[in-house]
Amino acid sequence: MGSSDSFVKFDKVDKSYDGEVLVVKDLNVDIPKGEFLTMLGPSGSGKTTTLMMLAGFETPTGGEIYLEGEAINKIPPNKRGIGMVFQNYALFPHLTVNENLAFPLEVRKLNKSDIEEKVKKTLDMVELGEFGNRMPLQLSGGQQQRVALARSLVFEPRLVLMDEPLGALDKKLREQMQYEIKHIHERIGITVVYVTHDQSEALTMSNRIAVFNDGKIQQISSPDVLYEKPENAFVANFIGENNQLTGKVKSINGKNCVVTTDQGDDITSLKINVNSVGDRSTVSLRPERVEINSTEGNFENSFNAKVKELIYLGDHIRTRVEVCGNDQFIVKVPNSYKGANLKEGTSVKLSWKASDSRALDLR
Amino acid sequence: MQISPFLFGDKIMNERTADPILTTEGIPLKVSLQKAERRNKIRATLLVAPLLFFILITFLIPIGDMLLRSVDDSYINTVFPKTFEKYKKWDRQGLPSEELYKTMFFEVKEGSGYSIGKATTRMNYAKSGWKSLLKKSKRKFKKIEEGPYKEQMIAIDKRWGDMEYWKALGVMVDPTTAGYYLNAVDLKYNVDKEIVQQKENRRIYNHTWVKTFKVSLLVMFFCLILGYPISYLLSTLPLKYSNLLMICVLLPFWTSLLVRTVAWMVMLQQKGVFNNLLVMANVIADENRFKLMYNETATIIVMTQILLPFMVLPLYSVMRTISPNYMRAALNLGASPLHAFWKIYMPNSVPGISAGCMLVFILAIGYYITPELVGGKDGQMIGNWIAYHLKTTLNWGLSAALGAILLGVLTVLYWVYNKLVGIENIKLG
Repeated sequence: MGSSDSFVKFDKVDKSYDGEVLVVKDLNVDIPKGEFLTMLGPSGSGKTTTLMMLAGFETPTGGEIYLEGEAINKIPPNKRGIGMVFQNYALFPHLTVNENLAFPLEVRKLNKSDIEEKVKKTLDMVELGEFGNRMPLQLSGGQQQRVALARSLVFEPRLVLMDEPLGALDKKLREQMQYEIKHIHERIGITVVYVTHDQSEALTMSNRIAVFNDGKIQQISSPDVLYEKPENAFVANFIGENNQLTGKVKSINGKNCVVTTDQGDDITSLKINVNSVGDRSTVSLRPERVEINSTEGNFENSFNAKVKELIYLGDHIRTRVEVCGNDQFIVKVPNSYKGANLKEGTSVKLSWKASDSRALDLR
Repeated sequence: MQISPFLFGDKIMNERTADPILTTEGIPLKVSLQKAERRNKIRATLLVAPLLFFILITFLIPIGDMLLRSVDDSYINTVFPKTFEKYKKWDRQGLPSEELYKTMFFEVKEGSGYSIGKATTRMNYAKSGWKSLLKKSKRKFKKIEEGPYKEQMIAIDKRWGDMEYWKALGVMVDPTTAGYYLNAVDLKYNVDKEIVQQKENRRIYNHTWVKTFKVSLLVMFFCLILGYPISYLLSTLPLKYSNLLMICVLLPFWTSLLVRTVAWMVMLQQKGVFNNLLVMANVIADENRFKLMYNETATIIVMTQILLPFMVLPLYSVMRTISPNYMRAALNLGASPLHAFWKIYMPNSVPGISAGCMLVFILAIGYYITPELVGGKDGQMIGNWIAYHLKTTLNWGLSAALGAILLGVLTVLYWVYNKLVGIENIKLG
């Protein structure tokens, strides 16, 4: 049924636990073979439920999930051949690392020498060849994480799911593991569906990111598109830092539109998610795309602002200003000769291009 | 341990220099530390003291007393001290000399009726007949004015001329005896202090021991079989449902043990609810009612019901800590649900199984009230014999020996268990 290039397909999938609230609403996703897809969203947004349905631990209330063109709703989890890395790893505490890795192979009735060889190979891949005889609890968090990863790959599944696998690690280890997982994915070319609430993790690792909120995918695209071109106010706000100015659409002119703030300032923006004149809209703008006291003249938008607060962050100065009635407006000023002479309370001129400000829905 | 820091301190001092380390104020460090710790130590001692005292009085001293009583044989020596002194010199070949008869005569004649009565009870364990002999003699000895005593005593009762009686005294000469322990396993001393089997019709304890273990093991087994699934269900349900079900499991604790036992009597007797229902439903004929009460079956059924919560509680608290992700991971890796349970879930629940089985077995092996009420003749356990000797025959020595054996067996089992499974594998929560 699924189209030829979609390896995993969610077709109009709904999920409800109590018959009253839908935690996943009308989900439609196609995942091509070999992709690293991340489901990103706040807690309760339905991303983990989606993963659990794919793994087979939850049954969709409506719709159908396809794996390689085969409907899998009625296939029990142990027959799906999908690897999974669990939150907190779920390594079997009474078995050694070797026995943990051998478990899926023994279940598949491989012969002893094949099992030994595969276990060894996979452990070497995650650089834990020496640790096969340890118990999981004798390993550090990072090592346990790698064992869990190895266990999910050792039986060569068609698809690997990861449910916030790095959540329990400290920041440095987490970053290191992100690269490691990314490299393993690139090397063996397996399809990965990854769940996280950490946007930098998602940006680092993924081919594509699906941003979840309120049981729905808000936007699904590559990391750069997601950051540069958010399609609605939630995505703009959830991914990276973002300034938001609210107002009413005054006029629409092809690709651009003019939004008048409550203070009466006219902002020229890209028309992204507004339909008609008179709609209320949120204009979204990245802090690094705003210039202070620029002398060049090719900016469509230029407003007077007042510096409220300066926070020194080494490479840049985080500057909070009041502009167009918003006193939480952030500008990132590089710590160069130009930005060094700002003082709190002074008036400055802010400028930005129409192509950097995006008129989105109101939220 | 508390003393280790001091030991450590000593070592450092010896290695470096003979002078003690001083604090800034010039007081030796050791003294200063002791002073600083003293308050805490006193506080800890005071907090523990009431319980410690209570346990000492109600637990440790009675156990010590019981252990002493099970081997104690000194009372008889205080009643016939001189006789026993002379007895030791007797060659056990012919009847004793006139001198021994004479000593015995005066100690019986002059001894108080109470202490002689108490002593004869003990003497009867060694050779039955002593009690009536001494009772009769005590009365008749008053008429005898002067010696020689040997012939006159034999004239009063010819048992005084029976070697067996005299020999039997030898068993009691030592102030300690293993006789009670021998009795507890169907052995005894004969008059020559050789260990022999009890007479066929007096052998009851070995049989009872075997039954006690059998019943305890069966009760433990049934509790596990019945308790494991319910504990599993409880541990996987959301907390609000599991709490409700937990109350149902604990409900029996709210009713008295006696009430529950009597309720079972109503249920299981031949004209009881269970049999009546079966007869009404035409499952069995009226004359073929099951005999479910006043036998071993009844003991097992009722004890299983009563001890079930002690299995469920530790199982449940251990299962609660087993992450549901283990089972999920096992399924995800391709194991069938049964395989996943057997290889992954079950091994992780072993600490709960151990704790539950241990608790139920220990409680079952010393159970008394339930077998007493529902066990009839066939369902009696060792606890019932202990109670019987304590209350009815007043043979406290035998009671104590039975109790001590029970205690010893449990200690050995505990040791074996520790060797096999490891005590750190017991978890109650």
